[in-house]
Amino acid sequence: MLKYTLIPLLPLIAFVINILFGRNYIKDKAHWIAVPAVLGSFVLSVSVFMDVYAGNVINLNLYTWIVSGNFNVPIGFLIDQLTATMLIVVTSISSLIFIYSIGYMHGDKGYHRFFAYLSLFVFSMLILVMANNFLLLYFGWEAVGLCSYFLIGFWFEKKSAADAGKKAFIVNRFGDFGFGLGVILVFLTFGSLEYVEVFANTGSVLGQTMNILGYEVDTITVICLLLFCGAVGKSAQVPLHVWLPDAMEGPTPVSALIHAATMVTAGVFMVARCSPLFNLSPDAMTVVAVVGGITAIFAASIGLVQNDIKRIIAYSTVSQLGYMFLALGMGAYTTAIFHLYTHAYFKALLFLGSGSVIHALHNEMNIQKMGGLKKYMPVTYWTFLIASLSISGIPGLAGFFSKDEILWRAYTGGDLGKFLWVLAIVSAFMTAFYSFRLIYLTFHGKFRGTHEQEHHLHESPPVMTIPLIFLALGAVGAGWVGIPPLLMDHGDKIGEFLAPVLGHPKGEGTHSEELFVMGLSVLIGLAGIFTAFIMYLKKTDLPYKVGSAFQPVYKLLYNKYWVDELYYKTIVKPALIASDKIFLGFFDGRLIEGVVNGIPNLIGSLGQRLRKIQTGVLSHYGIIMALGALVIIGVMIFIK
Amino acid sequence: MENVILNQLSYSILTVMVFFPLLGAILLLFMKNANSIRWTSLLITVGALAVALPMLSAFDKTTYLMQFVERREWIPSWGINYFVGIDGISVLFIFLTILLSILSVLVSWKAIETKVKEFYIAILIMETGLLGVFVSLDFFLFYLFWEAMLIPMFLLIGVWGGQQRVYAAIKFFLYTLVGSVLMLVGIVVLYLYSGRTLDILVLSNIKYPLYLQYWLFLAFFAAFAVKVPMFPVHTWLPDAHTEAPTAGSVILAGVLIKMGAYGFLRFSIPMFPDATRFFIIPLFILSIIAIIYGAMVCFAQKDLKRLIAYSSVSHMGFVTLGIFTLNTQGVEGGILQMLNHGIITGALFLMVGIIYERTHTRMIVDYGGFASLTPWYAGIFMVFTLASIGLPGTNGFIGEFLIIFGALKAKKILGILAATGIILGAGYMLWLYQRVFFERPNPAAHHLIMDLNFREVITLMPLIILVFWIGFFPETFLSFMHASVEHLIKHMNTGTMVEDSMAQHIWEILR
Repeated sequence: MLKYTLIPLLPLIAFVINILFGRNYIKDKAHWIAVPAVLGSFVLSVSVFMDVYAGNVINLNLYTWIVSGNFNVPIGFLIDQLTATMLIVVTSISSLIFIYSIGYMHGDKGYHRFFAYLSLFVFSMLILVMANNFLLLYFGWEAVGLCSYFLIGFWFEKKSAADAGKKAFIVNRFGDFGFGLGVILVFLTFGSLEYVEVFANTGSVLGQTMNILGYEVDTITVICLLLFCGAVGKSAQVPLHVWLPDAMEGPTPVSALIHAATMVTAGVFMVARCSPLFNLSPDAMTVVAVVGGITAIFAASIGLVQNDIKRIIAYSTVSQLGYMFLALGMGAYTTAIFHLYTHAYFKALLFLGSGSVIHALHNEMNIQKMGGLKKYMPVTYWTFLIASLSISGIPGLAGFFSKDEILWRAYTGGDLGKFLWVLAIVSAFMTAFYSFRLIYLTFHGKFRGTHEQEHHLHESPPVMTIPLIFLALGAVGAGWVGIPPLLMDHGDKIGEFLAPVLGHPKGEGTHSEELFVMGLSVLIGLAGIFTAFIMYLKKTDLPYKVGSAFQPVYKLLYNKYWVDELYYKTIVKPALIASDKIFLGFFDGRLIEGVVNGIPNLIGSLGQRLRKIQTGVLSHYGIIMALGALVIIGVMIFIK
Repeated sequence: MENVILNQLSYSILTVMVFFPLLGAILLLFMKNANSIRWTSLLITVGALAVALPMLSAFDKTTYLMQFVERREWIPSWGINYFVGIDGISVLFIFLTILLSILSVLVSWKAIETKVKEFYIAILIMETGLLGVFVSLDFFLFYLFWEAMLIPMFLLIGVWGGQQRVYAAIKFFLYTLVGSVLMLVGIVVLYLYSGRTLDILVLSNIKYPLYLQYWLFLAFFAAFAVKVPMFPVHTWLPDAHTEAPTAGSVILAGVLIKMGAYGFLRFSIPMFPDATRFFIIPLFILSIIAIIYGAMVCFAQKDLKRLIAYSSVSHMGFVTLGIFTLNTQGVEGGILQMLNHGIITGALFLMVGIIYERTHTRMIVDYGGFASLTPWYAGIFMVFTLASIGLPGTNGFIGEFLIIFGALKAKKILGILAATGIILGAGYMLWLYQRVFFERPNPAAHHLIMDLNFREVITLMPLIILVFWIGFFPETFLSFMHASVEHLIKHMNTGTMVEDSMAQHIWEILR
C-alpha cells in the first residue's frame, strides 16, 4: 500500500519542500529535491507495472473523503493495466524533462519555484491516472489545470505570459463545467462514483432517459457528452483548443511536460477510462470521433504556415490529439492509448529539441531567423530528425505503428470512419510537411540570424542532450510493442496487455486492404516530406509565391481561423461591457440604489413639504380644523 | 424537556462563553495604555476560545437535540426565559466567531491608532452579540442579541471606517433595521398565536395554518434576506464592507452575514415548512441571480475590497441555493460553505487590510507586480484565491460541490446555472490576481512594500490550515452537522402532503 501511495506522494513532498524552503535555503539546489523524487516515482512505477503485468490489479481505498447523506466518496487508487501504462509514460518522460530542466533553467531567479511547480504537476497527473473514482479524477483534473496556470505564467512579469496562464485555466474551466456536472450525474444515476461499481452497473441504466429542459434524452449519452466536455478543454480539442498554442509562453520544458506527459493526455486517458460508458452510447462516440477528426485537420492546417518553432509543434500536438480522439470515437481505445504513449516520446523530444535550439539562440523562436544549425548542434539535429520522421509515420519508428493502427481502424469504421480516414490522411500529409518545413528552415540552409547570435551558437550541455538521446530511443523503439499482426504474430503486445480494461477489437478487413492503408499512409508521409524538401531547400522562392497566390487562405491559416478574435468579440468583451454598464451601472447603480437612496430622499422631501403646513399662524390651523371636521361629518353621513 | 439534552458539562459553559468577551470589555474600560489594551483584548479573545474548547470533545455528534442547554426563568409573567443551547447547525459558527474575533484583534494591532480602547470594546461587545445569536433558544433573547450587535458594527464602520464611512454606516443600519422590525412583528404574532411562549423549540414544533405561514415567512425573510444578503437587497454590503476597517469587514463577512442564512435554517424552514416550499421557486431564482449577478459585477470593480465584497454576494447565493434545495447534500454544503466563506473571505479581507496598511490605496490599478516584491504575501493570497474559486483540495471545493450536487438533484437546471458561477469565479479572481501580483511592479509601490511580518503570518496561519483541512478531511466538520441536518430534512418532509398541493394550487393561480 505504501508503494502505491508513495508514487504520487514523493513529488508532492518535493513540491512542499521546494515551495516552503526554496526561496531562502535551497535556491539553485532545488533539483536535488525534485529529481530524486520523480526518479523515485519512476522506479516505483516500474515495479508496479511489473506487478500488474503479472496479473495483480489493485483497487484500494485510503480513507473516506466526503460523506453527506447517501453521498460518499473515498480517496483511493485503482491500479490496472491502463493506469500502469500511464504511470510509466508520465514518470519516465517527467524524469527526463526534470533532468533537462537542470540545464535549461540554470540561473533563472525562479529556479526553486520552477522545480516546485513541476513536481506539483507530476503529483497532480499521477493522482489523475491513479484515482479509483470520478471525484478524485476531478481533483487531479483541476490540479493539472492549476499547475499549467502556474507554469505557463511562470515568467509572470511578462504580460503575455500572465495572460496565457490565465487563459489556459479559464478555458479549461469551461470544459470542467461540463465535466463536473457529468461527475455529479454519474452519482445520481449509479449511486456511486467508484469506477468499479459504476462500470459494473452500466447494464442497468441502459436505455434509461432523463428529462432536460423538456427533452427526453438518453442518460448515458448525456453523461458521456458532459464528461467529454472536460476532455475537449483539457486535451485542447476544437472549440476549446485556443489555450494550448498560447501555452508556449511558459518555459520550454513546461511545454514538453504539458504536451507529452501530463495535462493534454488527461482527456484521452479519461475517455479510455470511461470506455464502458462510452461503449453504450453510439451518439457520444460519434461526437468524439468527429471532434477528433476535425481537430486533427484543423490544427494541422494552421501548423502549415506558423513561424514560431514552438507554436508549430503545439499545433502538431493538437492535431495528434485529434487522432487519438478519432481512435477513441471508433472504439479503438487501446489504439488511442498506444498513440498517446508513442506520441509522448517523440513530442517530448520535439519540444526539448526546440528548447535546445531556443537556448542556443538566446530565446529566438522565429524559424525564419534560424537556419543551418545542423553543424553547430549535431545531437539536437539528429534527435529532432528522428522525432520528425517518427511523427511523419516513417516505417519502423514509433509513430508509424500507432498512427497506422488509427488509420486502419478509421478505414474499417463504416461510412463515418471512411470520411474521417480521409481527413486523417490529409492531416498526415500536412503533418509530414510542416514537420520537415521546420527541420529545413531551422537546421538546413544558411543561418539567417544576427552575427552576434551566430557567434554564440553552440550545442547544449550534456544534461540537456542526454535526455534528448533517451527520448530519441523512445521515438524509435516505443512502437515495437504494438506491431500489427499483419507484420508479426503476437507483435501487438500493448494491445493484448490493455485488452482486459479497454477491450481490443480488431478492424474488419482483408490483408490487402490493410496493406493498402499502410502503404498509402507511408506514401503520404513521404510526399509531405518531399514537398517540404522542394519548397524549402530547392526552390526557396516557392513558399512566397504559393502564399501570395492563395492570399486569403494563407491569411486564414496564419491567423488561426480568427478563433481567438471571435471569442474575444463575442464572449470576453460583451461580458465585460455587460458587467460594467448593465449589471453594475444600471441594475446596481440606478435601479436598486435608486430605490434605496430614493426612499430616504422621498421621506425627506415629503417632510420638507409637510413642514410648510405648520405655519404657526392660528387662523390657518382653524381653517384646517374646520375642513377636517367637515370631511368627518360628510363621511359619517355618507356611511349612514 | 423531551427535545433537549441537558448540559453534559457540569458548569454553564455557554453562558460563560457568551459573556466572557463582555466582561473583558468592561475590564478594558479601566485601562489606559494602548498597548496593554491590545494585549488584554488578545488574551480575552483567546480566552473565549479556551472556554469554548471543552464543548468540542463533549459534543455529541449522534443527536440532533440541543446540547449544553441552560434554562432559567427570566420574566415569567411574559413567558420569557433565559434559554440557550447549541446543535449541529450552530456549533461550527460558534468556533468561527471566536476564531475570527481573535484574528480581528491581531489584524488591528497597527491599523487602529485612534480611540484604541473604544475600538476593542466594540469588537468584544460584538463577539458577545454574535455568540448570543447562535446560542439563543428564546426569541426575546435572540432578538436582543440580534439587535445588540448592530450597534458596535455601526460604530466600527462609522468611527473607524474609510472616507464614505458615515453614509455606509447609516445605510447598513437602516437596511438591517427595516428587515429586523418586520421580523419583530413576526415574533409578536408567533407569541400571540402560540399562547404566549417565546421558546424557539416549542414554536418550531407547532403546525401553523397555511395563511399564517406565508405572512410569517415573509416577515422573517425580510430580516434574513437583508442580512445574507440576497439579491436585490445586497447593496448595503459593498459599501459597508469597503468602508469598514479590516476587522469590521472580517467580522461582517465572516460571521454577521451568516446569521441570515442561519436564520433560514433555525426558523424559516422548521417553523414554516409549507411556506418554504411555496416560495421555493422565487427563492431559487433569487439565489441563482445572486450567484451570476454577484460574479458578473465583480468584473467591473476597480476597488480591491469592493470586488471581494461583491464576490460575497455570489458566494452567499451558493449558500442560500444549497439551503433551499432541502436535501442533505445541499443543506450540508450550504452550512459548510458558510463556514468556508467566513474563512476565505475573512482571509481575503485580512490580506487586503495588510496591503492597505502599506500602500494606503485599494485601487487595483495602483498595484501590479507584487509577486516579485512580496512573494510570501503573493503565495498566501494565491491559496485563498484558489479556495475562493473552489479548487479541489481546498475547502471551497467541498462546499460548492455539495451545493451543486444538491441543486442538480433538486432540479437539473439549478445545478447547471449554479455551475456557471464556477467559471465566472475563476475569471474574476484570476484576473484580479494578475492585476495585483503579475506583470511589472508598479514603480511607485516599490519602496512602500515589505513582505509579511511575524504577526501577520500568525494571523493568517489558522485560516490556511483550515483551507486544506476542510479540503482534504471535510468529514471532521461535516460530522458535526449530519444528525441535525438529517432531522431538519425529515421534519420538513413529514405530514405536509395535503397542504403541499394546496400551496401548489395557490402558486399556480399567482403565476
